[in-house]
Amino acid sequence: MKYHLDFSALLPYWPVFLTGAWLTLKMTIVAVVCGVCVGTGVAFAKRGRNKLLARACAAYIEIVRNTPFLVQIFLLYFGLASFGVRMPTFAAAVLAMIINIAAYAAEIIRAGLESVPRGQIEAAECLGLSRWRIGWHVMLQPSIEKVYPALTGQFLLMMQASAMASQISAEELTAIANTVQSDTFRSLETYIVVAALYLALSLLIKLITGLLGKVLFKRRRVLRQAAARAGKPAPFASQASVASHGGAA
Amino acid sequence: MTLYGSFTTTHLLYLVMAIGWTLVLSGLAFVLGSIAGFGVMLARISPRPWLRWLAMLYIEGIQGIPLLILLFIVYFGLSVYGFTLPSLVAAGLAMMVYVSAYLGDIWRGCIEAMPKPQWEASECLAMSRWQTLRLVIVPQALRLSLPPTVGFLVQIIKMTSLASVIGFVELTRAGQVINNTIFQPFLIFSLVGAFYFALCYPLSRWSETMEKKLNVANRQA
Repeated sequence: MKYHLDFSALLPYWPVFLTGAWLTLKMTIVAVVCGVCVGTGVAFAKRGRNKLLARACAAYIEIVRNTPFLVQIFLLYFGLASFGVRMPTFAAAVLAMIINIAAYAAEIIRAGLESVPRGQIEAAECLGLSRWRIGWHVMLQPSIEKVYPALTGQFLLMMQASAMASQISAEELTAIANTVQSDTFRSLETYIVVAALYLALSLLIKLITGLLGKVLFKRRRVLRQAAARAGKPAPFASQASVASHGGAA
Repeated sequence: MTLYGSFTTTHLLYLVMAIGWTLVLSGLAFVLGSIAGFGVMLARISPRPWLRWLAMLYIEGIQGIPLLILLFIVYFGLSVYGFTLPSLVAAGLAMMVYVSAYLGDIWRGCIEAMPKPQWEASECLAMSRWQTLRLVIVPQALRLSLPPTVGFLVQIIKMTSLASVIGFVELTRAGQVINNTIFQPFLIFSLVGAFYFALCYPLSRWSETMEKKLNVANRQA
């Protein structure tokens, strides 16, 4: 059987696709911002003195990282609904994403925190810095800078994982694709278009995080400028051993 | 025999059987994906620039598309061209494509982490490029690649849950089927999650300990 790809049937739907892409992007941004904040807290708590809290955080990270995102969504949406906690699909999807990315971000940030040399923390203590300032200036900032590539890789994977939210029919790009394809019966073309949109979204996120990285890390910017003035290549080969363990799936 | 509410041993048995199918699909995806991924890795480090570019485009392209969409494309794509394949094959093919892009990238990193003098020394011994790869580089890179590969295996097992959307009855789908009959979502999906955890956690730990050992070895060197 010969089949001809025909994208013209999808032309009237382009605003719908764009809305879907925007919804996916919005979901991802909200989940990433909240997730990184929660994850930072979890990473500190896991290293903290409170043994019980540290254990609980470790268990949370392991449980989330070793179960599929799809099952997490189902558990959150259908499971809580059976206890009478009903929430809109969009909120449930975003909440599941936050819970998921917080665990991955915590693990990545923890790896960064562990790479901070003990001597630096001790030096900061000797200088009389308060615990909060040590945490922010000496520990968190340099470690975020170090694990930034791994973190952004995780954001990308999260954006892709948001496609699974369509399974509880939360409104986003994949769910919209499902409706469009049942309207037009052009399933293959619809999913090819959606794949291209996801690709564009990941390029966009890569671009945004890349630019953000350039603005955010002052030390790195200064070093790069100095290297450029001296006519040498920039000194950073981004190494991310945690990256290969990522994946929201 | 009822275990909890209307959840019976039959349901439990059904879930346990479904674990087998999850493992079958994981195995299929891993084996096919490794073969294709090895090819991608070879192309990625090829001396021919156009081949390197092609492989990079492939990796970047596939890594930017969610597996769910890839599944739909393979599933619907094959059916509109008149192939009616079982959902296991469709899921296996889609996962092969997805896994190959990631494994190819991971392994390229391991190959490139090998010190340059190894290549140069092999060249001095008049070994061909293929001989160098086969006898010198790959055996050493293998040790380096084991932790991330096992780590990715965990991802593969978790990814198989997506095959449920095209109707392949693996663990997640089995959970949905049972849930549709007795409607106890919290119990069932907790159980499904626990089964996945039991599969993935040992592998995660194994990958972690291997990585730690490797790091110790590297530090001493």
